[in-house]
Amino acid sequence: METEDDLCKNNWGGASSSSSSKRREQVCFTSQHKWEDASILDYEMGMEEEPAFQENSNNNNGGQVNVDFLQGVRAQAWDPRTMLSNLSFMEEKIHELQDLVHLMVRRNGQLQGRQEQLVAQQQQLITTDLTSIIIQLISTAGSLLPSVKHHNMSTAPGPFTGSALFPYPREANNLASQTLNNNTCEFDLPKPIVVEERESHVVEEHEMKDEDDVEEGENLLPGSYEILQLEKEEILAPHTHFCTICGKGFKRDANLRMHMRGHGDEYKTPAALAKPNKEAAPGSEPMLIKRYSCPFPGCKRNKDHKKFQPLKTILCVKNHYKRTHCDKSFTCSRCHTKKFSVIADLKTHEKHCGKNKWLCSCGTTFSRKDKLFGHIALFQGHTPAIPLEETKPSAQRGSSACDNSNNNNNTGMVGFNLGSATNAIEEVAQPGFMDGKIRFEDSFSPLSFDTCNFGGFHEFPRPMFDDSESSFQMLISSACGFSPRNGGESVSNTSL
Amino acid sequence: MKKAKQVQHMISKPFDLLSEELVFIILDLVAQSPSDLKSFSLTCKWFYQVEARHRRSLKPLRAEYLPRILTRYRNTSDLDLTFCPRITDYALSVVGCLSGPTLRSVDLSRSFSFSAAGLLRLAVKCSSLVEIDLSNATEMRDAAAAVVAEAKSLERLKLGRCKKLTDMGIGCIAVGCRKLKRVSLKWCVGVGDLGVGLLAVKCKDLRSLDLSYLPITGKCLHDVLKLQHLEELLLQGCFGVDDDSLKSLTHHCNSLKNLDASSCQNLTQRGLTSLLSGAICLERLDLAHSSSVISLDFASSLNKVSSALQSIRLDGCSVTCDGLKAIGTLCISLREVSLSKCVTVTDEGLSCLVMKLKDLRKLDITCCRKLTGVSITQVANSCPLLVSLKMESCSLVSRDAFWLLGHKCRLLEELDFTDNEIDDEGLKSISSCRSLSSLKLGICLNITDRGLSYIGMSCSNLRELDLYRSVGITDIGISSIAQGCCHLETINISYCKDITDKSLVSLSKCSMLQTFESRGCPHITCQGLAAIAVRCKRLTKLDLKKCPFINDSGLLTLAHFSQGLKQISVSETGVTDVGLVSLANIGCLQNIAAVNTRGLSPSGVAAALVGCGGLRKAKLHASLRSLVPPSLITHMEARGCAFLWKDYNNHNNSNTLQEQAELDPKYWKLQLEEDIEL
Repeated sequence: METEDDLCKNNWGGASSSSSSKRREQVCFTSQHKWEDASILDYEMGMEEEPAFQENSNNNNGGQVNVDFLQGVRAQAWDPRTMLSNLSFMEEKIHELQDLVHLMVRRNGQLQGRQEQLVAQQQQLITTDLTSIIIQLISTAGSLLPSVKHHNMSTAPGPFTGSALFPYPREANNLASQTLNNNTCEFDLPKPIVVEERESHVVEEHEMKDEDDVEEGENLLPGSYEILQLEKEEILAPHTHFCTICGKGFKRDANLRMHMRGHGDEYKTPAALAKPNKEAAPGSEPMLIKRYSCPFPGCKRNKDHKKFQPLKTILCVKNHYKRTHCDKSFTCSRCHTKKFSVIADLKTHEKHCGKNKWLCSCGTTFSRKDKLFGHIALFQGHTPAIPLEETKPSAQRGSSACDNSNNNNNTGMVGFNLGSATNAIEEVAQPGFMDGKIRFEDSFSPLSFDTCNFGGFHEFPRPMFDDSESSFQMLISSACGFSPRNGGESVSNTSL
Repeated sequence: MKKAKQVQHMISKPFDLLSEELVFIILDLVAQSPSDLKSFSLTCKWFYQVEARHRRSLKPLRAEYLPRILTRYRNTSDLDLTFCPRITDYALSVVGCLSGPTLRSVDLSRSFSFSAAGLLRLAVKCSSLVEIDLSNATEMRDAAAAVVAEAKSLERLKLGRCKKLTDMGIGCIAVGCRKLKRVSLKWCVGVGDLGVGLLAVKCKDLRSLDLSYLPITGKCLHDVLKLQHLEELLLQGCFGVDDDSLKSLTHHCNSLKNLDASSCQNLTQRGLTSLLSGAICLERLDLAHSSSVISLDFASSLNKVSSALQSIRLDGCSVTCDGLKAIGTLCISLREVSLSKCVTVTDEGLSCLVMKLKDLRKLDITCCRKLTGVSITQVANSCPLLVSLKMESCSLVSRDAFWLLGHKCRLLEELDFTDNEIDDEGLKSISSCRSLSSLKLGICLNITDRGLSYIGMSCSNLRELDLYRSVGITDIGISSIAQGCCHLETINISYCKDITDKSLVSLSKCSMLQTFESRGCPHITCQGLAAIAVRCKRLTKLDLKKCPFINDSGLLTLAHFSQGLKQISVSETGVTDVGLVSLANIGCLQNIAAVNTRGLSPSGVAAALVGCGGLRKAKLHASLRSLVPPSLITHMEARGCAFLWKDYNNHNNSNTLQEQAELDPKYWKLQLEEDIEL
């Protein structure tokens, strides 16, 4: 636990300090720009909260603290006075806009067919205003929403907390992408860009399937390759490629390049569309082999480990990190017990879920009876679990061992809720904005939604497991997921 | 308790000087007879209490009395509930609560209507439970087995015929009860390799494992034969155990003493060789009804185990002469050989076998119809230590052979001469076997009272005598037996048509008599029966079928005196409702057969059924089925009584012919042989 704490502190400290400095910089930047006073209010809010944020993160010494932290932020975010001023401001803004459009309508009648330049200008003006209103509305709602939820469900933070808190959290997360900083000024020029890019999570995730154990047998001499170590924020970021103009993130470079075409003709050239490393490939110097290190200290995949085994690709890093160092936040919708940290694993499991009818008291399920019996023969104290429809009064066994993992699961659930809530809102929100003829998410969503996901949930301490079981990763996942339910039911049943 | 003692002191203190330990020793001796124990405990309050403290084992007749009985006998360690067909969860929880800490053994093999909940109570409360018999719990499922697994100290477990049990349940038991020593899974057809394998992996103390009729293959035997202490392995009727699955089997199960591989149809010499490869200390081998021919090759598979082997069973196998010869030379220490129903056994083969086996104690050559006096002479000459000889239906054996047998084998205890040509001279020579305890002379048409009187004069240890259809026997023979054999427990005089009440009166001297079968003895009346009923207090089985003069008065006497009666057949007698209802007075009564008893009315049968609380089986005429209220039948079935409705009608046209056939043994035998040939 101690090491983990230290780690958390370090990471928090590092990330927040750098991000905060950057944020201030941006705030200054933007406030000088067109981005009108409307949004400054928001930014000020964000700045106000920063000390609190750091304060909390510094005494972050447990899973629960993170939740407290989120709640604390939310509590601060909800201020009736601010809300009122926001609302009245928006009202004013809308009236202004209304007047402007009235004016335009009248003028349009007079100046029909003339002055196309003027029309374009007007449109842009209205778009800008509308955008700022919508942003304002969302951030206001965002500060309101979590506080409402807070009363019912303390663990589920609102989806827009992030947007209210960190207007540009992309920078906070992506320290590595330096180029973005140069173009931050572009951010406040939301353009109605129609992008062909359609992101399908399902397809993407399926392709993520890759075993980091594959290169287990690889024998590279130490030093013969270059070790890269990504920070965990990078690893957990859903997107790795970002548009330098609008900031939209992509999982693939190819998709980004497709997206870039929308930003102008200069991106449509074959050179711009070509694979970047193809140019480098014919280069005379042989590329140094790249291998990756897991940022988790003490991990076998960490470069400081005695028996360091490097990871082959970024994908391997991602899957490895999620599987081993993250909470298993995806629960199987069929059995509601088995949990996964990589969504592809969940999909694979769901294909077979229900077929695993052979159950051990430890919660592990097997698709084959002989596998279950092999498992039971191997471990002391594990018993075949009789299917529940048959069990009337089942024995109270096997439940106690896994009770302690219950709490950990709860913290894990926080992360899950964060993720799912935002996704859900994203889907719901989209059509509404579409009506407004603005591809809102193009300019905005990467900023807000992505950050929401990472409101710090990966900082939660991992559940601790018995040493005896740690060698079986699958066992662990189910050991904590399955048995509490099993135990609970059996206990209730035993009352004769 | 102390108070009671003080009270005792105050009064007369007749047993002041008698310590409890001394009384316990007396009670150990008295305990042989339940009625004596009863008298003892009724002597005085102190005796009553001492007896209650002394008794360890209980066999209650009714589950309703369990609370009272267990409150009285607080030290009960063995509880046999076989007389209580209906044991509810409540009853089990009563058992758990009242004698939880002391209880070591429970027999639920004949009981039903308990569930996992009750078993859980039992398993949790009875912390020192060592033995539990759950055989015939055909409705028991894995959930209940998982509950049984809570009895951590369990050592002996019987789960025979628990057909709904699967590997999962056995797996639970294997994990939960690590101290198991003896496990019987006979007929648990849902249990396979995995369950048995896990049992072998988890329960390292296993001594005995009964896997008969399980759908297992040789796979699990790899684990089973790794058990360090395994002594007994029963694989009867395991069709999945075949040569292929045993191919790679190598083991060093030195502890294995008893292996039963009978009726394993797919096990041939190859598989058997690997099965026996490591069992060098094997003493008993059962290969009955094996599919392979017991030839020279086959005998070679016994090479490894030949030194210690003491008993071999080859019932129903096709045995060759060479094979027997080889077994004789290989396994010289054999003491028991069973060749029952090996129709191919010849005089030569058996002679070669027994010639080598000087130590032979038991020989079973039932239905080896080719054998003649030659082999019996050889047996008599080679095996002076013979104790048991079963040679039913060896009808070619001449009369002289029996002579020699009696002269040479003086240690004989058990003899089965059913359907043989033995005559009075043979019996005379046999009578020199003083320790003879069981003699079966069924369908021996050559014997008369004279021969039987030799037996009666010298064989005072006789316990069992079978004279079924030995028509030469009359009252004189029986009375000489009754006079000389006072330990007689079982006698069958069925279809000895000359037997009258005199025999019964003389047999009533045998106070140990438990089983009395007098089916088809037309001269027997209630007076003879009364004599038996009054004096043979231990009578448990009584067959009075086709004794037309038996009527209600006989049953009334029985009901009054034979309180230990468990089984009675009054089919085709003169019994009416009154007699049948009076049987309800007998608390232990379990089986009643009353078919074609003309005096019975439906209401009388119904009353009798309701009255007999412990009834397990009722064999009645099919016509009664529709006449007895259906609700009564369901009630009886819920109490644990099974009905057998018989439909044969004795009043058809061939009635006289049949009766003739039944009473004329020669005609009957002829007809039987015809039937067999058909």
